Order: sequence, then structure tokens, then C-alpha cells
Amino acid sequence: MRLQCPICGERDRREFYYQGAAVMLDRPAPDAGEAAWDDYLHLRENPAGDLEELWSHDAGCGAWLKVTRNVSSHEIKGVVLAREVKR
Amino acid sequence: MRFSGLKVLKEGLTGNKGWGPHWRSPEPKSEYDIVLIGGGGHGLATAHYLAKVHGITNVAVLEKGYLGGGNVGRNTTIVRANYMLPGNSEFYSHSLKLWEGLEEDLNYNVMHSQRGIINLVHSDGQRDAFVRRANSMCGLGDDGAMFDRAGVEKLLPFLDFDQTRFPIYGGLYHKRGGTARHDAVAWGFARSASDRGVDLIQQCEVTGIDVVNGVVKGVQTTKGPIRAKKVGMVAAGRSSQVAAMAGMRLPIESHVLQAFVTEGLKPCLDHVVTYGMGHFYISQSDKGGLVFGGDLDMYASYAARGNLPLVEHVAEAAMTLMPAIGKAKMLRSWGGVMDMSPDGSFIIDRTDIDGLFVNTGWCYGGFKATPASGHTFAHLLATGTPHDTTVRHRLDRFRTGRGIMDEEATGSQHNLH
Repeated sequence: MRLQCPICGERDRREFYYQGAAVMLDRPAPDAGEAAWDDYLHLRENPAGDLEELWSHDAGCGAWLKVTRNVSSHEIKGVVLAREVKR
Repeated sequence: MRFSGLKVLKEGLTGNKGWGPHWRSPEPKSEYDIVLIGGGGHGLATAHYLAKVHGITNVAVLEKGYLGGGNVGRNTTIVRANYMLPGNSEFYSHSLKLWEGLEEDLNYNVMHSQRGIINLVHSDGQRDAFVRRANSMCGLGDDGAMFDRAGVEKLLPFLDFDQTRFPIYGGLYHKRGGTARHDAVAWGFARSASDRGVDLIQQCEVTGIDVVNGVVKGVQTTKGPIRAKKVGMVAAGRSSQVAAMAGMRLPIESHVLQAFVTEGLKPCLDHVVTYGMGHFYISQSDKGGLVFGGDLDMYASYAARGNLPLVEHVAEAAMTLMPAIGKAKMLRSWGGVMDMSPDGSFIIDRTDIDGLFVNTGWCYGGFKATPASGHTFAHLLATGTPHDTTVRHRLDRFRTGRGIMDEEATGSQHNLH
């Protein structure tokens, strides 16, 4: 599996660290309540198809990437810099 | 169907034409007391214990593929109780005791082989930690003993003891640990459940879970609707999809764990050996293949296969530990889909929906749990209260923060287990 880093180009999976579902970009407000934080920290849709997820190009530019990937076929549908989608 | 020496002899001489199926294949009835979603090891074990321990036989096990076609047929068959984590220790201790009586209980040869597990030690600190673990295992009534280097050398002379990075100092020996024939476990539970009146329904995919005013009423399936007073979700590897049909989101991420087997070799490895520093473990199957595996591929995946970087990593670890393995050809590799929970421990609990129960989050420890998972899930389904060994395995422990069983001491967080 290879990921297309928007900064470095196509690189081997070994250069990247996997964080998990990209829900981590939508951090609730500190006072959002227990349910919202449980949702953010623990509960996952965990689909068997396309998933938006966060990867870090650890052994490259160090950028956080938002990757859309089919987790059944491992097909990469798109890669953008997390800083461009997280305002 | 029953086996006997005489029958084996007769069938062997007459072309093996007289063997029958091990279980009935009925059409589903329109209503059951309990419907179990998932005909894997845990689902079939649950059915067996519901019938045997609680006398509840108006039960259906619904399986979308074939019985035992999921993770119970894709693991590396290791059975052990060498935990040091309150909650899990008691549970796996309970499980090992059930394993020890399982063949008698099922009257089925599951080839349970208590060949012993050796966790290798590579530093003084690790030795201290393992001594503590061994004491903790003994304290629970299980077994644990320490080997020095000479002790390990006697049993495993072919290991590379003086490797530069991780020289071998000794090992933690868990005598009652070992392996079992994974498929036979599923088949034995299936035969027993079926004989006691449980309907095992294959090629029957659940397409919906009917919930009215917060109470479960039954399921929709590819073989029509089935009403049920209680529904148990036991679909490891697909837990999130099943729970989604009831409108639930689980604290689960699915990851792939690879395993490998070499060509059949003469007996050379008598124990299960784990090499924690290389995330590597190995045993030899009764057919002679060396069965081994490593760590997760470390990204979400439902593909029952992994990627090459992990293959390379596992092969490197194998060569570091036992260079002789380089002469063997790797025959097959495969992957299993793991329900990973935030704290690395499983969940057996009721849900917020009345009559709907969940059994999930086995991470990479599901096979050795099979009898106890079934036994305790059956207890919960039958009595409404958790078994003594699963009182801590609550679904809401991540939300409340109470009773987290942190397997890797990394905190309750996805991707750290």
C-alpha cells in the first residue's frame, strides 16, 4: 500500500503513522458533555467500505494527512493535508 | 454423528461413504426464545452452554456464511491463561479450566494440547516483570514458572541465544498453556448445540434488527423475519455492522492481524514460544507446519489479508530468533479481522435496547476465550446478570471511565492496543 503525500509524492506505507478515523479532527468543546466526548474518543462508525482517516507522514515531511481509503480493498480514494480541511 | 474405533475402521475399508453430517440443517422457525447472530466459535459455544447449562434450547444461531468460517478458522490456535490484569486474569483462568474439560463435555476431539508456552526474557527488567506475572498467575490458582537460560536451552536448543540485540536470558513457562485444533472447536460446539435442539442456520444473513420502543422484537434475515425474545450479537469481525442495524455505534475499530504457516516439517518445536521483543510467536501444528504470527498491520482493515511490510517484519523476527526457520518454505499467509476496543479488553454486556446483548472487542485474544465467552454470554442471556468473571466487561466503561482494563498500559484510546 502506498499513499500519495501532497507534499512529498507517492510513498511507501512504512513512512506513515496511522492515527485512526478522521473524527479526531472534530474535537468537541470542553463543556460539550459526556456523550459528545464518548462519541469523539471511543465510538466509531467503523465501516467496511470507505473511511476517512488520519495518517502522519512521520518519516517524510511530518504533515498530517486526511486519507479517504476503502478499508476492504485498501484502495486510496484521496489524500489532502489535514490543515487544509481543519479550519 | 458419532465416532468409534470400529466405525473408523469400517469406513476406512469401505471408502468412507458412511459418514453423515455432524449437525442438522433446519429451516428457521418463525420465533425463538433467543437468536444469536454469528455462527463462529463464540456463537456456537454460547448455544452449547445455553442448552447444556441453562436448558434453553429454543435457540437459533444465524450465520451468513458457513459455521466456523470466520476468525475461529483463521487464528493461530493458542490457548493460555497468563494474564496479569484484574478482570481478564479471572476470565481467562475460567476459560482455561473449561478448555481442560472441553473434550469430555463435548465428547469431541478438539486436539487440546497442553504443550506449554514459553515467553522469552531478554533483559533483567523483563525477567523481574515476568517473575511478578508468574506469581500473579500462581496466586490465581494457575501455573507459572521461570526458566533461566540453561532451562530454555534444554528445551529450545535451536534458538539464537547470543543475538546482539535481544540475547535470551530465560523464559516464563506456562505449563498448562498450549494449542487446540481451531476448526474442531467450532464443530464440537456445533454438534453439541444441534444435538440438544438448537437450530444452526447457515447461509442466513441478518439484514435488520427489529426494535420497537426500545425493546428488541426479532431480526430480518435473507430467509425471512424471525421473532425473538432476546438477541445476542456475537459477530466478531463484523460487530460494528451488526450493531449498526440496531442503530448503535460500538467502541470498536477493525484491524487485520496476519498469520503464517510453513510447509510440514518433522516435529522440531514442542512448545508455543513467544518473542515479545520481535512481536513474534510460533508453534508447530500436528500436521508439522510451523504456525507463526506477529503484530497488527496497524491500520483499519476488513480485508482478510495484510500488507508486505508486516510480512517482512515477521520474517525478520523469525530469522533473528531461530535462524533454522530460513530453510523452511512459507506455505500460506492470511489475515483475520480483529475487533479492537479502546482498552484492549473485550465486552460482554447488555445494551440500552431491552433484550439485545453484545459480545465483541476480542482484539487478538478471541480463540482462547471461546469456551468462557460462550459460557459467560449464555449466563448473561439466560439470567440477565453478568457471570462473575465478566462483571467488569461493560459496554459503557469507556464513557464512564470505570473499570477500564488497560491491556497495554497505554490508556483507553483507539490505535494504542
